[in-house]
Amino acid sequence: MSNLQQPANLLRGIPLQVRKLKKTFGSREVLKDIDLHIPAGQFVAVVGRSGCGKSTLLRLLAGLDQPSSGQLLAGNGSLSDAREDTRLMFQEARLLPWKKIIDNVGLGLSGDWRGKALEALEAVGLAERANEWPAALSGGQKQRVALARALIHQPRLLLLDEPLGALDALTRIEMQQLIENLWKKHGFTVLLVTHDVSEAVAIADRVLLIEEGRIGLDLQVDLARPRARGSYRLAALETEVLNRVLSLPGNPPDPEPTSPLPTQLRWAN
Amino acid sequence: MSVERITHRLAPWLLPVLLLAIWQLAVSAGWLSTRILPAPSAVIEAGVTLVRSGEIWTHLAISGWRAGIGFAIGGGIGLALGFITGLSKWGERLLDSSVQMIRNVPHLALIPLVILWFGIDETAKIFLVALGTLFPIYLNTYHGIRNIDPALVEMSRSYGLSGFGLFRHVILPGAMPSILVGVRFALGFMWLTLIVAETISASSGIGYLAMNAREFLQTDVVVLAIVLYAVLGKLADLAARGLERVCLRWHPAYQAAKGGAQ
Repeated sequence: MSNLQQPANLLRGIPLQVRKLKKTFGSREVLKDIDLHIPAGQFVAVVGRSGCGKSTLLRLLAGLDQPSSGQLLAGNGSLSDAREDTRLMFQEARLLPWKKIIDNVGLGLSGDWRGKALEALEAVGLAERANEWPAALSGGQKQRVALARALIHQPRLLLLDEPLGALDALTRIEMQQLIENLWKKHGFTVLLVTHDVSEAVAIADRVLLIEEGRIGLDLQVDLARPRARGSYRLAALETEVLNRVLSLPGNPPDPEPTSPLPTQLRWAN
Repeated sequence: MSVERITHRLAPWLLPVLLLAIWQLAVSAGWLSTRILPAPSAVIEAGVTLVRSGEIWTHLAISGWRAGIGFAIGGGIGLALGFITGLSKWGERLLDSSVQMIRNVPHLALIPLVILWFGIDETAKIFLVALGTLFPIYLNTYHGIRNIDPALVEMSRSYGLSGFGLFRHVILPGAMPSILVGVRFALGFMWLTLIVAETISASSGIGYLAMNAREFLQTDVVVLAIVLYAVLGKLADLAARGLERVCLRWHPAYQAAKGGAQ
């Protein structure tokens, strides 16, 4: 662990500044005027109904899509200059099936990275599976490999796009604790997109609710860690967020906007 | 237990051996004229004679050489074209429909034209083999690249891969299962084309062996040539399987039971 641990103090998270961010797909405005400041090292959870634009926000931050207008800043510079310090974990693990697990972790690295990759795998508890194929892993283990793959780059901003959405309840809690511990150790800034409000309040410093392309609620979670799951205060916070989510009419005029995936276009005609 | 295992091993061979025995019996008893079909023993004898004289090796070598060169040229071009159309939008726009049009011309129908162009020497045969192997490999390479999960490409790009690195680590291995299917198809076409080309015009090779023997009514040599083609085809298929086993070790379908999910 020495390599991963050593620069932890040097490695501060990226302070994130989002100014007047807009994103439109065709005529549909997905994000309208998002203004946001996230201090370095904060753990932020982003929640919202499906299709509210939370994943779009993450993809913009990751540089996978370009904003229609507005600015994304990392500290004083542009976020696109900090691309190397930004890592995204997807909803699916997206491991390359033709690479051994350790080679998946070292993807995109050059030089002698094997030792570091083993350390990263050790940090997620999968060092002994390093030389197996991804097909031999369970869903939760695959996500842990994906986490190791993100961590080996020593990111200063970690973007998590519902990475736990497909996992069973127990594995989820395990993964949440793993992510929380690694975050505490390395001090990176985290943006976690999730549809699970209880997960958001249990793990994050701050919960953002996005509704209809705007930030509808910005809630600080000032609870000491480690947090006791199922505690009254967590439940109260969860209720507060949920009430807000459910207070808006369930059927907006634009019903369930879906992203224009190629497969859907094919079936649409 | 071991007796049972031996029986299991031998069972698939029972029917072929029985058929051979009946065939041998039919010829020996005179029910079947050797002008129609020689006895299996006669085929073996012909084989032994040809091996003794060393003649068979020259024919095998020349046929193998034609097949190999033609396959390398056709496969190489097919692979390159597949990469171009698979990787670039412009390549696809410019090339794909043309290649698809040419693909629909049965390449064996070109034989008269090929003879006019190249005469009846080696070039003509290699050209035909190359043409026969080009399209299966082209199609499957193109298809393989197109079918790579875009999510994996997106992930790899966000991890800093681009250009040749992306090709080597993501696109090529992702397209490999499909490319190898193309290789197996191409190997089949390779022998088929070679058989036809050598039968029409040749002064050496297995096809020549068969056609020459036909003129002298040596049915045993004709059957031997057919058997040789079958063996060569089987060997090529085994080689392709071996290649699949090496290149697709990661694929769950190729993993030994012990290496799979535990």
